[in-house]
Amino acid sequence: MSAERQALSDSQWRDRAIAGGEKPRRYGSWYVAEHRILGMRSYLQTIVATSIGNPLIYLFALGIGLATLVEANLGEGAVQGVSYLTFVAPALLGLAAVMVAAEEFTYPVMLGFKWNPIFFGMNAAPISGNQITNGIIISVLARMIPTCIIYFVVMVLFGAVPRGIGALMVPIAVLAAMAVGIAIMAYTSRIEQDKGQIALVMRFVITPMMLFSGTFFPLSQLPVFLQWIGWISPLWHGTELGRVLSYGLVEPGWLTALHLLYPAAIIWVCWRMSQRAITRRLNK
Amino acid sequence: MWDIVPAPVITASDLTKSYKDFAAVDGISFEVAPGEAFGLLGPNGAGKSTTMRMVGAVSTRSGGDLSILGLDPDQYGPEIRSQLGVVPQSDNLDMELRVRDNLIVYGRYFGLRRSQVAKRADELLEFAQLADRAKSKVDDLSGGMKRRLTIARALINDPRILLLDEPTTGLDPQARHILWDRLFRLKEQGTTLVLTTHYMDEAEQLCDRLVVVDKGRIMAEGSPAALIREHSSREVLEVRFGSERNEAMATQLAGIGDRIESLPDRVLIYSSDGEAALERIAHLGHEPITSLVRRSSLEDVFLRLTGRTLVE
Repeated sequence: MSAERQALSDSQWRDRAIAGGEKPRRYGSWYVAEHRILGMRSYLQTIVATSIGNPLIYLFALGIGLATLVEANLGEGAVQGVSYLTFVAPALLGLAAVMVAAEEFTYPVMLGFKWNPIFFGMNAAPISGNQITNGIIISVLARMIPTCIIYFVVMVLFGAVPRGIGALMVPIAVLAAMAVGIAIMAYTSRIEQDKGQIALVMRFVITPMMLFSGTFFPLSQLPVFLQWIGWISPLWHGTELGRVLSYGLVEPGWLTALHLLYPAAIIWVCWRMSQRAITRRLNK
Repeated sequence: MWDIVPAPVITASDLTKSYKDFAAVDGISFEVAPGEAFGLLGPNGAGKSTTMRMVGAVSTRSGGDLSILGLDPDQYGPEIRSQLGVVPQSDNLDMELRVRDNLIVYGRYFGLRRSQVAKRADELLEFAQLADRAKSKVDDLSGGMKRRLTIARALINDPRILLLDEPTTGLDPQARHILWDRLFRLKEQGTTLVLTTHYMDEAEQLCDRLVVVDKGRIMAEGSPAALIREHSSREVLEVRFGSERNEAMATQLAGIGDRIESLPDRVLIYSSDGEAALERIAHLGHEPITSLVRRSSLEDVFLRLTGRTLVE
């Protein structure tokens, strides 16, 4: 300890503490995000490979492979008056974003409390539970947005986006996927004992949602008693709004508003729930 | 003449922490002066770690008063934590980051600039004798190295108080001694140390003053030497007669020394002169399997105060 430090009076120490809390209170969420983004470097190759590889694979398989079959049966304006590729593209973009969300809001959240309990370390420094929650969200956005942009560029190269305004699909997909992801976090942040809950979430929530959200076929094709899955799925809302933007799918104005408000409401509620759960677990 | 005494850096009075109907910390009071090395000695489950978490401003107290650097943790959590270094019971380093990066990201949590953190990280790696492991994965470090890295991380913000919860539990003797040496240096530099331990030798080595804690309460307080003087005899004679006979023999030896404690594996005879006590046993015609005369330790103080041993 320096001589200058020794000489501080009690009130100067108090002032040092008050000043020491200032930046962490203001920027704490960003510091957490910075930490987590640095952590992502350990699997950076996977991130890059999947964000470039996925759109190529999916667009080839569905937009070209499956589309041939669909269009052979139904003609060129096969689904909703557009090609199958154009129809399926907004959904694929949403799926890609949801996959990032499902990856980042499940194990890493549990891990931070248990096997790699970095959240406790952050909290021992001047970082609050709310800031940890925010930092996780920011870091996932930092991975999800570039993934979606790359996906969108590949979609354009495939000729899957007829209208320029279709670029707005990117923020819409992010919105929908964050709604799914933050809802997952509201749950995973509460898991204290790992009994395979995350595998169950993947199998019984994420997978059915991916299949039944008007992704590969319009929701109206489903029997009525299964259509509710689409209505409660943020992915369906995002996909439908993506279709409005991409090729001008016609729907009532209130429905378009719902496509925006519903995921936003989920984000807000589940974000608060996550903050509360994380704060409570840190304060034992 | 007392006007130059600096205010305590930690003041706890009647501090409690309850979970439902169980009181983990049950009304404890203590003060820690700046630059002091203060210890909480007690067995597992005594409430030491809970106390540390309250002092660390991460766990809200259920009752009583607590002030750290003159601030109330309920209101000034981040401010207080900005002046603390915390070494938790189990390391919570980020296994996904390399050694040096662990220090860098941690320094950022205190709002330090990147250039500042980088410089400090290199100094601390030097201090923790980990400079050659800067780029290693945390997973590849030994237990002692991880512990030293955790201490280095706790020092990144140049803290006024360093909180250490069981700093050497699980380390081999050599690693413990390296760690103690580092903590001594910090103490010499004027950092206030608050540590919990259930190792009496650690408490004796490191603490200027300590409280003996059991079941959430303080049983005694003082310097290690004063506690031993007050609650134990100068020497202790340990005799073993075999686990079957120890208890029976303890009754037969009554009257030798100041006091006799019978443990499952040995009999402890408290006396100012251990050798003399051993001679009297021989005179009575008893032959212990082994015998040992040693100085009294904090372990004896704890046994005296609670009727139980520290490490069970």
